[in-house]
Amino acid sequence: MDFLPHTDADVAEMLAAVDLEELDGLFAAIPAGLILDRPLDVPAALSEVELAAHMSELAGRSVAAAAVCFAGGGAYDHHVPAAVSALASRAEFATSYTPYQPELSQGVLQAVFEFQSLVCEIYGLDVANASLYDGANSLVEGVNLAVRATRRDRVLVSKGVHPHYRQVLKTYTSGLGLRIEELDFGEDGTLDAGSFDATEAAAVVVAYPNFFGRLEEVEAIAARAHEAGALVVCVADPSAMGILRSPGDMGADVAVGEGQSMGNLLSYGGPYVGLFATRLDLVRQVPGRIAGETVDADGRRAFVLTLQAREQHIRRAKATSNVCTNQTLMAIAAAVHLSWLGPQGLARLGEICVTRTALAAARLAAIPGCEVAFEGPHFKEFVLRTPVDARSLCRALAKRGFLAGPALGIWYPSLADSMVIAVTERRTEQDIEAFAEAIEKELAER
Amino acid sequence: MSPTLEPSAGTRTGTDAVFPLIFERSRPGRRAWSLPETNGGSAELDRLIPSSHRRTTAPALPEVSELDLVRHYTRLSQRNWAIDVGAYPLGSCSMKYNPKLAESAAAHEGFASLHPFADDELVQGALELLGTLERALCEATGMARITFQPAAGAQGELTGLLIMRAFHAANDDPRSKVIIPDSAHGTNPASVSLAGYRAEEVRSDDRGLVDLDALKEALDTDTAGLMLTNPNTLGLFERDIREIAAAVHAVGGLLYYDGANFNSIVGVVRPGDMGFDIVHMNLHKTFATPHGGGGPGSGPLAVSDRLERFLPAPVLVPPRHAGDVWRWDHDRPESIGRIHSFHGNFGINVRAYAYLRSLGPDGLRRVAERAVLNANYLRVLIEDSFPTAYPGACMHEFVASAKHLRKHGIRGMDVAKRLIDLGYHPPTVYFPLVVEEALMVEPTETESKETIDDLARCLNQIAAEARTDPDLLHAAPVSTPVRRPDEAKAARELKLRWSPR
Repeated sequence: MDFLPHTDADVAEMLAAVDLEELDGLFAAIPAGLILDRPLDVPAALSEVELAAHMSELAGRSVAAAAVCFAGGGAYDHHVPAAVSALASRAEFATSYTPYQPELSQGVLQAVFEFQSLVCEIYGLDVANASLYDGANSLVEGVNLAVRATRRDRVLVSKGVHPHYRQVLKTYTSGLGLRIEELDFGEDGTLDAGSFDATEAAAVVVAYPNFFGRLEEVEAIAARAHEAGALVVCVADPSAMGILRSPGDMGADVAVGEGQSMGNLLSYGGPYVGLFATRLDLVRQVPGRIAGETVDADGRRAFVLTLQAREQHIRRAKATSNVCTNQTLMAIAAAVHLSWLGPQGLARLGEICVTRTALAAARLAAIPGCEVAFEGPHFKEFVLRTPVDARSLCRALAKRGFLAGPALGIWYPSLADSMVIAVTERRTEQDIEAFAEAIEKELAER
Repeated sequence: MSPTLEPSAGTRTGTDAVFPLIFERSRPGRRAWSLPETNGGSAELDRLIPSSHRRTTAPALPEVSELDLVRHYTRLSQRNWAIDVGAYPLGSCSMKYNPKLAESAAAHEGFASLHPFADDELVQGALELLGTLERALCEATGMARITFQPAAGAQGELTGLLIMRAFHAANDDPRSKVIIPDSAHGTNPASVSLAGYRAEEVRSDDRGLVDLDALKEALDTDTAGLMLTNPNTLGLFERDIREIAAAVHAVGGLLYYDGANFNSIVGVVRPGDMGFDIVHMNLHKTFATPHGGGGPGSGPLAVSDRLERFLPAPVLVPPRHAGDVWRWDHDRPESIGRIHSFHGNFGINVRAYAYLRSLGPDGLRRVAERAVLNANYLRVLIEDSFPTAYPGACMHEFVASAKHLRKHGIRGMDVAKRLIDLGYHPPTVYFPLVVEEALMVEPTETESKETIDDLARCLNQIAAEARTDPDLLHAAPVSTPVRRPDEAKAARELKLRWSPR
């Protein structure tokens, strides 16, 4: 099935109109020797019926979807409300493109404006953009903003920041010659504000909550960073923002985050949505698209893409970022989800995560040989130390129908016996008990 | 009869009515949310999270009923053009039909509910899908291996440029500049800067193609490579590509293929056969995945054999023996490193896979044929009204100019706005920068002859109106919820968010 409307008569008429006898003539500009003289060696066409069966079969062989999910590490098994899925998948949003013609794009533009407003509210900052690719990408752009704003090239990153995000930062900036230094966490799994010297640093990067589910003392870290003239880039989980302090309130200059928790499916790691917010005085350094309010020719409120002089299609080599296509549809889903929650719903969501995580932590720590690695408050994740290699334990638990992890040994050698456990509002007390029993059985059989 | 963006009775807001923000629909105490009770209630929360970490002022999120929410976003969606609403000949964006079967394919729990840290053994269907898609895209581009991490074309560009850097570094031959034609997309020079290179532009010649002499002059042993879109943004095939490739390779540079316009050549000619070393594809263009109002896309990056070792880790490894499984290989010592939080926009890649399997080899080639046929047919139908900047046949798109209407006080944007009233999304306006009053038109292969005939009729009518009734164009559009928003005011008096105060 190829979705092409042309009848043979259409093709004949259209060829005649362009003065050609056959379709091959359309490619006359291509040097003859380059033209492929065979069909592509790709799988044969399927009818919709056959394709549906094939996709179903492939999906059926991805059994992880059926497991009870206690896995975390930047992607979470949250509930996506039915209204969110229904609205964000509307074809009028999904099959539109970048709102270059505002008259035909008020829907997307206003939804993006609302998204920006919501991101500003939860992060406690002044301006947000229309989204970036994912959490890692937002972190990179936050660091690049700080580098431009301070004209410095030293960057301090807490090891409590997602290891993948730190890897992406290194990759992204490898051509720019930034001096990236990683900061160790203390015994409680958080960064000690007294442990680093931000002299000549462009940015200090922390996560709230961090990769271990722990709450960094962002305010103290920010004070320390600001003393040295460095900006603070704070990776913050939007699902925590109903109960935890906002990055802006704690002194962060840039808040970034992964928006998957808000209305977006796990989808094996993407499409997700990078959140990005900062202070108003840094707005001209913001990467990516921004929707702004104005009035139309008749004085009515209207929305447009604005401050485009920052962007690649205008500023080219001197743009604040190379980003063009972003994750607008995921941003719309996040906006709808945040509006569905409202302030009380977002607070309730946070309460459930905190209390059930505490419940799970207490239950799992009661298993002989297991303990919670870091003392202190946690949001929706904690690190469980186990008496065995955590990677093999994760695998074994998967066979018992539970996803856990990631195991931490590949990034933190001293935590090879440890793994992340995440508890969202979808996990019940029964799930927690069954999960604990699965760990007990697995450990008993070793 | 062409479709128009005529708001239905329920969405028409009148000339002076304001469409509210979701925040303006908020009433304290109203709610849409439905969540379980908390274990232990807020006292338990107080016990677990010290007050120093507790938020004291709730974020001012809207408080609305679920019906308020549903109507708000449904009506917003109706204030938006989309492929499913009508034709969208936006040049360089390949706004073709996004098959519904791809949406239902991606919605399977076995794709949509997979955690990215799930063990390889548990996601075999997903990995096989990616593996098959990789082989097919390698075959279509003439490349050896692919990374699916880049979430969009620009991220693919950066990935490719960092691979270019790694290649030269491995040869102990660091270089400082990358050459791009003046007709290139803005992402090209922006990515070049981000990769730590200097972008050097070469001019187009009077054919609209890379000026071969200027290119040869620019090329030296400090040249890391050339980024090229082929066909280029003028919709013209760079017919000197073999000479271009030879010249770049002669100085030790690499050739980067920007796949923005791959739709016009898929199944006909392969970037690898043209001499390219690095290729990104925009699956949201050529492989028909929905553009989502500006994203998500997917920008997988393909490389030739000699660059494979630099790909972002992990790289997918197929089963080699009976009993093996698909797995990710993280042990890639020469990798440039990770570029995405996880595995890229997997859900988009599922849709692209479904599209590819639906079309098969002949279907893919027909895509290119019909895309080029439609563009040339439209080009000929409107050439008296809007001549192209460069004469002759085009590929899947063409760049016409409205500069001859300037004497009537009409600019390209006026033409675009009037076209809205006649029921079409306008072409891309004022790009590429090398053409005055550019109208970049890409009808795509999924539009029918009748639609193109009607679009041409409308464009020809507009050219006539420009002479006889220019005020009609200046006043356009009149059929939309808003008209001619004041962009200067938006940039001058920044209002970038709703605020409770």
